Amino acid sequence: MSVQAEAPGAGLRAWLLSAAPASTFQARCQRAYLGWITFRANPIAMTGLFIIVALVLAALFAPWLTASNGLEPVLERRLQPVSAEHWFGTDQLGRDIYDRVIWGARITLYIVGLVSIIVVPIGLLIGTVAGYVGGWVDNVLMRITDIFLAFPRLILALAFVAALGPGVENAVLAIALTTWSPYARIARAEVLTIRNSEFIMAAQAQGASTLRILRRHIVPMCLASVIVRLTLDMAGIILTAAGLGFLGLGAQPPTPEWGAMISTGFDYLLDQWWVPTVPGIAIFVVSLGFCLLGDGLRDVLDPKSSAS
Amino acid sequence: MIHVEDLFVTFGHGPTEVRAVRGVSFSVAHGEAFGLVGESGSGKSTVLRAIARLTNAWTGTIRIDGTALSHRRDRATARRMQMVFQDPYGSLHPRHTVNDILQEPLQIHGIDRHDERILGALDDVGLGRELRFRYPHQISGGQRQRVAIARALILEPEILLLDEPTSALDVSVQAEILNLLVRLRQAHGLTYIMVSHNLAVVAHICERVAVMNRGRFVEELTADSLRSATPTDAYTRQLIAASGGYDRELARGIVTYE
Amino acid sequence: MTEAPLLTVEDLNVVFQTARGPVHAVRGVSFELGRERLGIVGESGSGKSQTGRAILRLSAANGRVSAKRMEFDGIDLMTTSEKQMRDIRGARISMIMQDPRYSLNPVMTVGEQIAEAYLIHADATRAEARERALEMLATVQIRDPETVYNLYPHQVSGGMGQRVMIAMMLIPEPDLMIADEPTSALDVTVQMQVLALLDDMVRERGMGLILISHDLNLVASFCDRVLVMYGGRVMEVLEAGQLQKAQHAYTRGLLNCIPELDHHQDVLPVLERDPAWLTE
Repeated sequence: MSVQAEAPGAGLRAWLLSAAPASTFQARCQRAYLGWITFRANPIAMTGLFIIVALVLAALFAPWLTASNGLEPVLERRLQPVSAEHWFGTDQLGRDIYDRVIWGARITLYIVGLVSIIVVPIGLLIGTVAGYVGGWVDNVLMRITDIFLAFPRLILALAFVAALGPGVENAVLAIALTTWSPYARIARAEVLTIRNSEFIMAAQAQGASTLRILRRHIVPMCLASVIVRLTLDMAGIILTAAGLGFLGLGAQPPTPEWGAMISTGFDYLLDQWWVPTVPGIAIFVVSLGFCLLGDGLRDVLDPKSSAS
Repeated sequence: MIHVEDLFVTFGHGPTEVRAVRGVSFSVAHGEAFGLVGESGSGKSTVLRAIARLTNAWTGTIRIDGTALSHRRDRATARRMQMVFQDPYGSLHPRHTVNDILQEPLQIHGIDRHDERILGALDDVGLGRELRFRYPHQISGGQRQRVAIARALILEPEILLLDEPTSALDVSVQAEILNLLVRLRQAHGLTYIMVSHNLAVVAHICERVAVMNRGRFVEELTADSLRSATPTDAYTRQLIAASGGYDRELARGIVTYE
Repeated sequence: MTEAPLLTVEDLNVVFQTARGPVHAVRGVSFELGRERLGIVGESGSGKSQTGRAILRLSAANGRVSAKRMEFDGIDLMTTSEKQMRDIRGARISMIMQDPRYSLNPVMTVGEQIAEAYLIHADATRAEARERALEMLATVQIRDPETVYNLYPHQVSGGMGQRVMIAMMLIPEPDLMIADEPTSALDVTVQMQVLALLDDMVRERGMGLILISHDLNLVASFCDRVLVMYGGRVMEVLEAGQLQKAQHAYTRGLLNCIPELDHHQDVLPVLERDPAWLTE
């Protein structure tokens, strides 16, 4: 370490590797940087990261990457095959499939993001409270979790959407409601292993309130495994969203949601294969990207594997 | 300053009931260092945890300056009485920097001038200021235990509860921490209650020592009489003899005291 | 010693490849062991445990072991195949770890595990193995072997677990036992009993014993010879009972900083480390 710290002129790098960080911010950056070095050494994880970054870029720059918004039918160029003009061909309404896939990235990202911000806080809250407080609170919260765990995810999501009405928001809500329970379980299991550790006792002896212990000491310890699990689950979430779209219960036409695109292009599979296949590949690639990323993140974040 | 009367601690109930502490009474004067020694399962650490109210399965009375403590932890008592734990690898949050760890008690108790106090605490326990923003895994075991002591001292407590503070450390580091504890007690006029399985360590720090076995006090004696090996109780004598190194004859004659 | 030594180690080196570059854990350690009790003492990071592991070729995957000579009873431990090594481990050289709870199989009763250890290395029937296991439990001073035989590891106390572990390691009657901090998790009185047991095995069966520990006083009172290690090197070799005559500054410093029951010091002398110890 000392050799690197002495390397002259390497401004940011020296700052990131300095043996005596001068602020909490610098310490956090150093920690992130060391994690990044581990992550970077893993080519599979980097592939996953590349896919996810490409997805985010596609979603961000969709207006500049595409010629149309992929919504208006152009009936005179229906079902054209892959060509220089239409990279992925056109669909049954003459819309450019490339444009629709790029715009669809926004919807996929929207679903993924929305599910995350609903699922993680609910799962963490229920899991950590149940694990830390214990007793009857634990029993009640975990039985509720069990109820949600007992149903197959897609069936429960179908029932929710059927009750709430079709649409992307309702699909997200349905997926979130059926996804949070494993997170509560993970968080609770994590809390049980650290609940009796000395650093929690030290916080108690200092007079910290239960809320403070949960927020400052317990949640940060659970966060890593929850994030890893979430990333690995993303593929399933995207597939469930696509499944709901395919069944006509998710995004409604003409929204370029990938699952809905497969659904409406399904009839053309034999003669104009690209219409349902291209969005299918998009789903596959993004799901794979999240899986690979999750694996890499586990190596970096999971306290158990990085303890040594 | 601290009066403990008839302390019982019982975990679980029914057939799995464990009576960890069975009727312990003692008092510690202001500025005194009191030691609890015993083997594993003697209940010595449990006594300390009951005083810190880290367990609420206790009965009896614990008074500090005449005020009886309730089973609930309260901030006012936390400020007067702090604890240092055995395992310097387990008692610091792995995702908090030294700065975070020392700032935590100040935030809990709404105390101002964080920078000044944190730097003061680091100086006090002999830690370099450059360690302020390191994570626990980036510093050595001895340094970690110094951080734990600094965390306990930053609230300027009157009483320090020490639970085997050196048993996880190498002997050379143990000497440094013991010297630190002696110096801090003189400098701040602290009152110590220290738990250890090591008789020599307890005798080094404390003026008075209680020997525990199976949840009870076997005998209470001064460190001097522990040193001069004039304890009256057979269990204490065996413990002292066994601490002196290997002896084939002694090993044959070891008795289990109920 | 007239007979050939049981174990000869000459210029043993262990280097670990880590992300931050190579770590030289053991640097040129040499010693000979007869049918006696040898202690290896040092602080954490002194390389004492790595020395013990290297003899059994149990170093971690990123560790590279090299030695001019490492010979056990005429067998060159550096060149034997992994298969031969497996036959040696357990049958001829055993190792006891610090915490028995991690070394015992949680879903087998302790008696079965001892019997199993016997069956692997001896040609015997199950009934014979059981008989031997019960005998062994009695040998390690367990009062009621029949009952203990049927207990699971979580049902026994730390001291008893360690005795079970020792019974398991002793049942194939090894020629050499490497005990890595076998008693540091135990109370002093239990520690004495466990050591007495190992003592018996050396005296009665002529086993060689390497006791690895951080406790200088304990090792010096128990062993025939003590190797004091620091920074992967041997600082000094002490004969039994000669602890107070230790010459090396490190050994002296280590001895001085231990608080003693029989005389009080207001301030304990702190060990000053000399960088020259690592190079001289």
